[in-house]
Amino acid sequence: MFKKGLFILVMLAFATLSFAGQGKNSIQIKGSDTMVNLGQAWAEKYMEKYPGDFIAVTGGGSGTGLSSLISASCDIAMSSRNIKDKEIALANKKGVNPNEIKVALDGLAVVVNPANFVDKLTLDQLAGIFTGKITNWKELGGKDEKIVVLSREVNSGTHVYFKEHVLRKNDPNSKEEFVPSALMLSSSQAIADEVAGNSSAVGYYGMGYISAKQKPVAIAKDEKAEYVEPAIENVVNGKYPISRPLLLYTNGAPHDLVKKFVDFALSKEGQDIVLKTDFVPVNK
Amino acid sequence: MWITVKDMRKFKEFIIEKLILICGIASIFFVVLIFLFLLKEGFSVFNTVSPFNFLFGKSWYPISEPPQLGILPLILGSLLVTLGAAIISIPIGVGCAIYIAEVVPGKIKEILKAGIELLAAIPSVVLGFIGMVTLVPLVKNVFHLPTGLTALSGSIMLAFMAMPTIVSIAEDALYSIPKTYKEGALALGATHWQTIWRVMLPAASSGILAAIMLGIGRVIGETMAVMMITGNAAVIPDSILAPVRTLTATIAAEMGEAVVGSEHYFALFAVGIVLFVISFIINVTADLCLHKRQ
Repeated sequence: MFKKGLFILVMLAFATLSFAGQGKNSIQIKGSDTMVNLGQAWAEKYMEKYPGDFIAVTGGGSGTGLSSLISASCDIAMSSRNIKDKEIALANKKGVNPNEIKVALDGLAVVVNPANFVDKLTLDQLAGIFTGKITNWKELGGKDEKIVVLSREVNSGTHVYFKEHVLRKNDPNSKEEFVPSALMLSSSQAIADEVAGNSSAVGYYGMGYISAKQKPVAIAKDEKAEYVEPAIENVVNGKYPISRPLLLYTNGAPHDLVKKFVDFALSKEGQDIVLKTDFVPVNK
Repeated sequence: MWITVKDMRKFKEFIIEKLILICGIASIFFVVLIFLFLLKEGFSVFNTVSPFNFLFGKSWYPISEPPQLGILPLILGSLLVTLGAAIISIPIGVGCAIYIAEVVPGKIKEILKAGIELLAAIPSVVLGFIGMVTLVPLVKNVFHLPTGLTALSGSIMLAFMAMPTIVSIAEDALYSIPKTYKEGALALGATHWQTIWRVMLPAASSGILAAIMLGIGRVIGETMAVMMITGNAAVIPDSILAPVRTLTATIAAEMGEAVVGSEHYFALFAVGIVLFVISFIINVTADLCLHKRQ
């Protein structure tokens, strides 16, 4: 009885090993939740085009993707933020050499409930809201309601980008932080849902998540500048102030299958998919 | 012939005994390994932050440069949610146990017991999801709050999770009281309620206490549901109607980002130690209660 069970176990272990081991024409892509839909769309089209190849795409957050790349448990990391110096140092220590490829742009929308009067904000006002210096909508021309600040969790590239570029205004010495009372939600969808149901909430996420249940706010660099809606054309022409690159990281320059996939992502066909998933293409 | 069969039997028993011994040792061995690993990884955080500042620091900004690793808001968040869940689940759970063990007639008893077991079978992520779409808007509207993602929402949902544990163990404790206690009380002219309140409950008190402790232990270690409905704001809560961030939700939400070997990574392990110590204390208390009873 024991022997039989053990035998089956061993066989199972071998089966899984050999299945995972047939890595010649399969690649693992991991990382940013913002990019996971895009990655999946790419993988589907790519596998239609090259039926012999297999591509697995999983999310988890930019940090998760980069740490998998560092530990060599994925071939391509998707990231919605630049790799940190610390991560590069760690990667080099493990013999991994991260190579950055910009594949798309993403405009970050700041959204409020459609019942909220406020429809435009400056970057300073945004920083004030998210650091907790502005706490009531009345200070911004809205109703007398306490502002409920929503943010993504710290494993999100969107969180890091928003902190560095909006709260800290690209100043590396700045010590600004999200207000501690900010609600940390685990996904962009959770933020979308909370904003849809809460008239005093404000949150941020990639443009692709905007629906009729949330109202995107027009943003201006400062009081004198033009207020710009988050829209694809405004991100392309650089007028919209909060947009970020979406990146792929590979170990060294891409080669073989990884190169084939990256080339596909950057091709006309791949960039059309970028547009279809509500991001902004880098190659026109 | 006889001897060989006997020998075979002896041999078989010898093998089985040793196998069971290995199973027994293995579980202890794994616990010790896990604990050592937790200690080794967790204590490294004290190279960057003193234990005092770690336990009593008021800000949790783990990915900033330099990181601020104060977990007081997280500890208080966990304790507040647990306290709330205890206040809700203990009276209902113990009441339910008394009803099942003493009051209810046979058939309904079986239905009730099955129902409570069913409650235990609901995965916590499902409870969290249900809480998110039903309870959170309700809490927001009833109390006119800016958001319904609060400690109270978490407490109510966790009370549901603690209840099955409390009910089934407390019911066991009541059931195992010798029949003579009850019969004696009734024979002396006590009413049914007087018997329950003055005789049964005191006799089963240590078992009920153990049930409560185990229920609380379940609550403090719960992760998924609290992460979904408590708002996760790392701020010291000023009331049960404020958002909180618990120890468990912090580990679950952040371990994906933490670069292996960074202060953040070690800090999350240290949070794990704090959690381990808290549930250890609770479990030992429950154990002491149970042994006192025997």
